[in-house]
Amino acid sequence: MRKRALGVAALATLAFTATACGGSEPAAPAATSGASAPASSAAGGGTLVIWADPSRVQPLKPFADAFGKENGVTVEVKEISKDNQQTFLTASQQGSGPDIMIGAHDWIGNLVQNGAIDPVTLTEEQKAAFSEKAVQAVTFNGQIYGAPYAVENIALIRNTELAPDAPATIEDMIAKGKQLKADGKVKEVLCLPVGQKGDAFHVYPIFASAGGALFGTTATGDPDPKKVLLGAPDSVKAFEKLKDLGEKGDGALRTSITNENYIVNFSGGKCAYLVSGPWAIADIKKAGVSYDISAVPSFKGGKPATPFVGVQTFFVASKGKSKALAQEFVANYVTNVDVAMALYKADPRPPALTAALQQVQAEDPDAAKFMEAGKEGMPMPAIPEMAAIWEPFGIAENAAVKGGDAAEAAAAAQKAIDGALKNN
Amino acid sequence: MSLDVREAGRAAATPARPRREITTAFVVSRIAVLAVTAAILLYAVPPLVAAESWTALALLCAAAAAVACLYLTRRFVPAKYLVPGTVFLLAFQVFPVAYTVTTAFTNFGDGHRGSKAEAVTAIEAGSVRQAPGSPEYGLTPALRGEELVFLLVDPKTKQVSLGTADGLTPLAGAELGLTGKVVAAPGLTVLKAPEAAARAADISAMAVPTDGGLIKANGLSRAVEGRATLTYDAACDCVRGDGGTWAADEEQGYFVNARGEHLAQGWQVNVGLDNFARALTDRTISGYFLGVLGWNVIFALASVLGTFALGMAVALALHHPRMRGTKVYRIAVILPYAMPSFAMLLVWRDLFNRDFGLVNQMLGAHVDWLGEPGTARLGVILVNLWLGFPYMFLVTTGALQAIPRELTEAAAIDGATPWRAFRRVTLPLLLVALTPLLISSFAFNFNNFNAIALTTEGGPFPAASPQVGSTDLLITYTFRLAFGAGGAQFGFAAAISVFIFTIVALISAVAFRRTRKQEEVYA
Repeated sequence: MRKRALGVAALATLAFTATACGGSEPAAPAATSGASAPASSAAGGGTLVIWADPSRVQPLKPFADAFGKENGVTVEVKEISKDNQQTFLTASQQGSGPDIMIGAHDWIGNLVQNGAIDPVTLTEEQKAAFSEKAVQAVTFNGQIYGAPYAVENIALIRNTELAPDAPATIEDMIAKGKQLKADGKVKEVLCLPVGQKGDAFHVYPIFASAGGALFGTTATGDPDPKKVLLGAPDSVKAFEKLKDLGEKGDGALRTSITNENYIVNFSGGKCAYLVSGPWAIADIKKAGVSYDISAVPSFKGGKPATPFVGVQTFFVASKGKSKALAQEFVANYVTNVDVAMALYKADPRPPALTAALQQVQAEDPDAAKFMEAGKEGMPMPAIPEMAAIWEPFGIAENAAVKGGDAAEAAAAAQKAIDGALKNN
Repeated sequence: MSLDVREAGRAAATPARPRREITTAFVVSRIAVLAVTAAILLYAVPPLVAAESWTALALLCAAAAAVACLYLTRRFVPAKYLVPGTVFLLAFQVFPVAYTVTTAFTNFGDGHRGSKAEAVTAIEAGSVRQAPGSPEYGLTPALRGEELVFLLVDPKTKQVSLGTADGLTPLAGAELGLTGKVVAAPGLTVLKAPEAAARAADISAMAVPTDGGLIKANGLSRAVEGRATLTYDAACDCVRGDGGTWAADEEQGYFVNARGEHLAQGWQVNVGLDNFARALTDRTISGYFLGVLGWNVIFALASVLGTFALGMAVALALHHPRMRGTKVYRIAVILPYAMPSFAMLLVWRDLFNRDFGLVNQMLGAHVDWLGEPGTARLGVILVNLWLGFPYMFLVTTGALQAIPRELTEAAAIDGATPWRAFRRVTLPLLLVALTPLLISSFAFNFNNFNAIALTTEGGPFPAASPQVGSTDLLITYTFRLAFGAGGAQFGFAAAISVFIFTIVALISAVAFRRTRKQEEVYA
């Protein structure tokens, strides 16, 4: 009995080892045929892998499939929902990344320094089809690094029942907001997120209007990371103005208004003015608030209140396996008006293609108003050094809003950024 | 099972010890585990073959053979039990620690992710610019015999040229379609879209040399004449091009020019002890270190002691023989533990909001909870208490069941007050069982990144020092240093992890030593 059991065990061992090791020979052809099986059914080769965030996967699918059919390839659109930039970089480095990545244009600096994306050649005709801002945003070191498809910036959204007219200046807006608050019609003068760590993105137009600046410019007009200007006298004055608008001043900027509650507060009627972007519109419409959109006003006699402009972009991955297909898709396919319109319908951000924007304008005036509000906007600096700005800027803003010493906060931010960028 | 074999010889002489009964469940579970192992191993074979990594394949086969030997024979009984644990220990403890320590000696991070060869490729590819004034050709790939060639159409003149690896020559007699693509050409097989896509890799590799540069495909339907403005020269180990020469600096992992400026793309190099030195000498780090460490210890201690005290109090109350409806209470008490802490931390952050938060509304107060250092610290400890006490309640309830009631009853008969009985009998016996858990809970809370990052993000920050906030733990503080300002700096982060590991290991070692003494007293 026992001997037979041993024999069976030994046999099984042999068989098991043989399948595990011998698996290599028959598995080799299986592997190649497995990879090309879907492609051969489509009469051709290759797969094209696209990574997108959840809101863009569905609208892209039909176009990806159409592209696949046209070229006889399989196109996979995969959803990436967290830490997209880092996930893309890590996967690219390992060789398991996509052929095409969708992301914001301000990633470009970091993606380039990691050798993760390739420049894209657009014809003069294609370039002319995009809005000038969009092309400017995706240009880095004189090269175009992707096909832009949506342009977004923040603007002033107002509740037209409470505030029928667009304010001409920040002063007008604050006066009206304070009056509404005194009348008990609203709880807050202005809904602009500050939070406990500040929010550089949303406050930037006001900061810029007050004369503040982040970087000096290089000879070619690009932001110069060697010249950080947050602690410069003009920027200190701008922080002083934020302090005047803050909790110890007009009470328009408050740390209790955060990224989580500012849109909810506006749609709940707690404030008449909201500084936000196209992403807020869906909630506002759902709440049934009558609203209008205008540019963030500037201070009386101040500089223009320039918002940051962000551009959603298709990137061609350097380490992708089907680069020719990726280039074909990015340079020649998504520059197509129908694709831009489909993406717009799924996620209404103003298209970067002028023709698509005109089409959208006819159906949806909001897109045009956002575009108009961002006309003076500044493409978000794409240099990797921008990463060093956000947090110190936000903390200095928070300190000023709480009524702290603006000069001290600005100097500390400047010091922290210079330290991080090794500018000393 | 080798035991059985040895016993078999003696079976006739001595009465057999009861043999391990082989149940159906045992057989089924063994088959299942082995089948899963085999499936995983087989699944790994095709990719390894495709990648031609024969060493890995050999290792895989050896592993398969070893697993089979181990679990399909009756030998190696101790190894049957030890091997899985050892493998998991190696994979999930030893390897990550070794990997972290080796990373600490490199500059791995944004700008320094890949090898030097990859950096050179990226620099050259990124520097290719369209040759000024060159046409944007319409591209039709074609075959001349077996050789891939490009049919290039100048969109303005409609002139067709033949591009091969040797160069560009005008081509006569090609027939153009409506879209400007070549439909047919004498002596050539024009590739249709799917056929071209099947050769996508060859098409992107193809380059047609011209006077000023190279014509390369830009997708499948266009081609562009480009010129690399930067090229790597192996002779001088430098990059030359418009704007000067950048020499490779193996210490920094960058190409650096005479002015000390570097090209954006770098590579990973060994930097020795630089990361450790930076952590020790950088004033923004060392200047705040003691303060952060002090608060970190307070936070971890307060979290452990607070949750333990509350959890034990609830457990004792529910353990009382006269307590009714304990099941309902137990369920209620466990709820915070059952909810995802991620979401709960975010909810608590919003509850603490000064103007819109529930805490202030209920108290009728106007406290900026997370905006002032004192209240923010109190706030995060309270949140952690709420999240953590159900765990302590659970383990204490378990340990209480193991303490015989006779002991406390005996203490009562001897005239001890309930408090005294608890202090002298119950608590010491509880601690014998729970101290190791308290120590591991301390280590966990010492590095409780989520509790801070999802509530205060380390804030509030004093205006004068934006780098370090009042509730920053070492882990959140260094996370900001390593991943905030300068992009991701994995090498530096790894060095900091080594420091934090040392601190936690020291504290735990001391604590465990003291526990052992305590056990000797009470056990």
